[in-house]
This record gives sequence, C-alpha cells and structure tokens, in this order.
Amino acid sequence: MMANFQDYVFYAFAAILLGAGLRVITARNPVHAALYLVLAFFTAAGIWLLLEAEFLAIALVLVYVGAVMVLFLFVVMMLDINLDKLREGFWEALPVALPVAVLMALEMALVLGSRHFGPERVATPKPHPADYSNTAELGRQLYTDYVYPFELAAVILLVAIVAAIALTLRRRKDTKYIDPAQQVKVKRSDRLKIVHMPAEKPTPPTAEGDRT
Amino acid sequence: MAELQAMFGASWPLVWNLAKIVAIVAPLMVVVAYLTLAERKVIGYIQARIGPNRVGYHGVLQPVADGLKLLFKEIVLPTAASKKLFLFAPVLALAPALAAWAVVPFSAKLVLANIDASLLYIMAVTSMGVYGVIVAGWASNSKYAFLGSLRSAAQIVSYEIAMGFALVGVLMAANSLNLVKIVEAQAGGFWHWYFIPLFPLFLVYLISGVAETNRAPFDVAEGESEIVAGFHVEYSGMAFAVFFLAEYANMILVSALTSLMFLGGWLSPLPFLPDGTGWMFAKMAGVLFLFLWFRATFPRYRYDQIMRLGWKVFIPITLVWIIVIGALMQTPLGVLFH
Repeated sequence: MMANFQDYVFYAFAAILLGAGLRVITARNPVHAALYLVLAFFTAAGIWLLLEAEFLAIALVLVYVGAVMVLFLFVVMMLDINLDKLREGFWEALPVALPVAVLMALEMALVLGSRHFGPERVATPKPHPADYSNTAELGRQLYTDYVYPFELAAVILLVAIVAAIALTLRRRKDTKYIDPAQQVKVKRSDRLKIVHMPAEKPTPPTAEGDRT
Repeated sequence: MAELQAMFGASWPLVWNLAKIVAIVAPLMVVVAYLTLAERKVIGYIQARIGPNRVGYHGVLQPVADGLKLLFKEIVLPTAASKKLFLFAPVLALAPALAAWAVVPFSAKLVLANIDASLLYIMAVTSMGVYGVIVAGWASNSKYAFLGSLRSAAQIVSYEIAMGFALVGVLMAANSLNLVKIVEAQAGGFWHWYFIPLFPLFLVYLISGVAETNRAPFDVAEGESEIVAGFHVEYSGMAFAVFFLAEYANMILVSALTSLMFLGGWLSPLPFLPDGTGWMFAKMAGVLFLFLWFRATFPRYRYDQIMRLGWKVFIPITLVWIIVIGALMQTPLGVLFH
C-alpha cells in the first residue's frame, strides 16, 4: 500500500504538526505555547516542501517563523499573565463553546472529507527536475494572471499598516529626542568659549627661601 | 570509491552526504577556533599590544587551550531557570548557523545542495537564529539576560528587512535565486562584480550583516557596561561556548555570502587568472578582517541610534536602489548587471 519514503515523511511531519498544534492550546505557559506554534509553522513548511511548493514553504519560515513569531514572543514574554484568571471563565463558556467547536469540526469534515479531496480526486502533480524554478513560475502567475487581486491585497495591507501606525502614534511632550541632523551640525563655537588669559609668571625664589 | 559504494549498498547516498557534511562542518569549526585567535591578535596589534603569545608558537595553540578549558568547566543551571529551554537554546542558536552552509557553493561544482532557491533558503534559515537568543534570555529567568534578548530580537528583526531588500537587488540583477547562478552572472573580471552597480546595497548588506551577527558596534544584546553579558549571562562552560561558536559561524557565513553576492565568489578578479575556491577564501578573509577592524574602531551604538539607522536610513536606501535597478534594467545601461 504505502512503501513510498515520502509517505513516511509526510506522516511523521503530520504527527509532529498535530502534536505541536495540540500543545499550542494546552500548554500552561504562554511562552511555551508560542514556541510550539513556531514548531507547528516549521513542520507545516516541511509538508509544503513535499508538495513541491518550495517558495511558499521557505516564505512561511521566513515571514512567520523569522519575523511574526519573533514579535509575538516579544510581546508574550513581557506580559504578566495570570493563569488562574484566564481559567476562571472556562466552565461558564463551555456550554456555548462546545456546540460551536462540534459544528466547526463537522463542517471541516464535510468539506475536507475524502469525497472531494481524496487522492483519487486530485491528480498527483507532475514531478519536476531539481533545477525547475518554482519561484519564477509563481512570480509570473502573480504578476500576469492575478495582478489585480495581488495589487488589491497590497493596497489593503498598506491601509492596515497606516491605520495601525495612526492609531498607536502619539507624540510625547516630555520626550528627550534630539534631531541627529542638529547634533551633527553643532560647531565648536556653540558649546565652547575660549578665553584668553595672560600667562602667569612664576615668581623667582628669593635667596631667603619662601618659607614665610 | 566503487568498493566503498558496494560496501554501504543502498545506504550509500546517506553515507556520502554525511561525509560531505562533515567535510564542511569540521573545517568550519577549526576556522571558528582560529578566527577567535585572529580576532585577539588583530585587535591586539591595532591597539599596540601583542595579543595571546604564551600557548604554543606565537600563541597558535591558544584556541585549543580555550576550548579545553571551557570543556572542563561546570555547566551551571540556575535554579529558577526553565531547564529544558535553557539547555535547548544553545542548540537553537548553533543549528541554523550550520544548516545554512548546506547551500553555500565553494565553486561552480563544489556545493552540497545546489537548490534553485538557495538564497531564499539561507535567509529563512538564518532568520531562525534569533530564537536561540530569545529563548536563552527568557529561560535564564534573569533580568539582564531578558533585557539582552529583547534588544537582540528587536535589532535582528529590524535589520533583517534591510538585509532582505539588499538581497532583492542582487537577485534582480542576477535574475536568479540560485547562488551558483548569481556568481556566474558576475563573470569577467572585478568590474563585473555586483559591488559596483549595487554599491549602496553592498554597504547596507555588510553593515546589516554586522548587526545581524550581534557584533560590535551593534552588540547591544551583550552590552557589557549596562547588562553584564546580555542574553548569555547565565551560561557557563560548553553551553556558553556553543553560543560563541554560533556567533563566529554566523560571521563566517555573512562573509561567505558577501563574497558570493557582491565580490564574485570564486571568480578571479582579472580574467586571465584562473578561477578557484582560493579566491573565495581570500575574499572571505578580507570581509572577516573588516569585522575585526570594526570592533577595534567603533564605539558601541546607542540603542535608539541602531533603530534609527535600520529603519530610517537603510530601508529607504534599499527601496530607492531597487527602483533604480528596475529602471536601469529597462535602459541600455542594463548591461551593467550582465
């Protein structure tokens, strides 16, 4: 049935991914949860590599593991989270949360069931030689066939960036910020005044000695 | 070779690749060891001192002595530390620094894995090195270590953007993400190397490389005068040595990438001289010397100055230069890149 090496790799990665995903929601310490999320992203990238989606897999590591999760950890590490307080509402929320969770699981089972996504439905992609450039192909598609959706997504992201900065930007009055250009422009005469003083002549010692 | 192949049978590709990995990592570790000696000697002479000269002839055995000493030191586990993560952090720091070497070519043929998106792979793998620093700082459960790791995280994330944009310029010019193809696009004498048409990006990359490796003058993550030793203040013995190894392996990696992408890799500077791996090593040594020279020359940057340099100076420079490259490639001047 399955003797292919790639199948074993897939199942190993899938098992790690599920385990890591489970630990993200069960880990008591938020920092541990965030680190498990990093592991989940990394393993997902491995599964994408098996699908020959090299560019997406590497971009996932670069963007999510290398940047997003670093900032996420940054925030989580500095928060002082009270675990007991977080757990307080658990039993009250359960009657609502449980049906929602079951419903979501059912919906996913319907959509992702083998009837539509089974191996016989989706043809195995043609294997490409090692020098096939996945990145160039993706770029060509993105900037020709899908150029309008791509540009739209870019504009929406730009709006989000501007909005986030506008919401959080505040100018403090007590800041001690100094403009570096002004610092560089400082001349000696702004800070230092040279005063000319006549040199003092030492008085020659007298024959009596200066013991007085 | 055929007998060896017969001996291992089906496991031959595995054995052969492992042998290649050892052939890269073992010399790398020796170079790391002697880079520490070179650093102390170079900085010594720059400051009119001699540097280590007691162990062996002119101090050549100093790295061995240092290594042995660290090996025999006790690894102290702080009681309040998160033990597993505390011990795992050095691994997280060293593993990406070594994994990135898998795709670094030493000549047109001499490369462990000649994958199509090797440049992207290196960026992705090196971006994971920051976890070693962050996890070390957090797991130590010490304020100094924690401050160091926060500084480092902010700094590395900021400079990675400038670094990435500098590489975008290179891949636009070379029309490829493959390091072998990037070097081959620079063939034909040193005036074809990318440091000339991409000079601003070359500077940005080199300086961001210094910042990414947490080296002076960007070493606020260690900042002895303020936070003792930063993220690795609680580490001792070999656990500390692994962080040390990772830092120096990263320095060598950045110097290798600089020479591959901007200085023509293994290509000789004059067309009538033969190409060879020796050129690449010479270029790497030159870049490494710059690293040491910077450390001996510049005082440490203030934290807000680092952030300003990264976000307000380097990122705009790279963005402007990417547009310049794109525009130039549409004009007759596009030959600059080929």
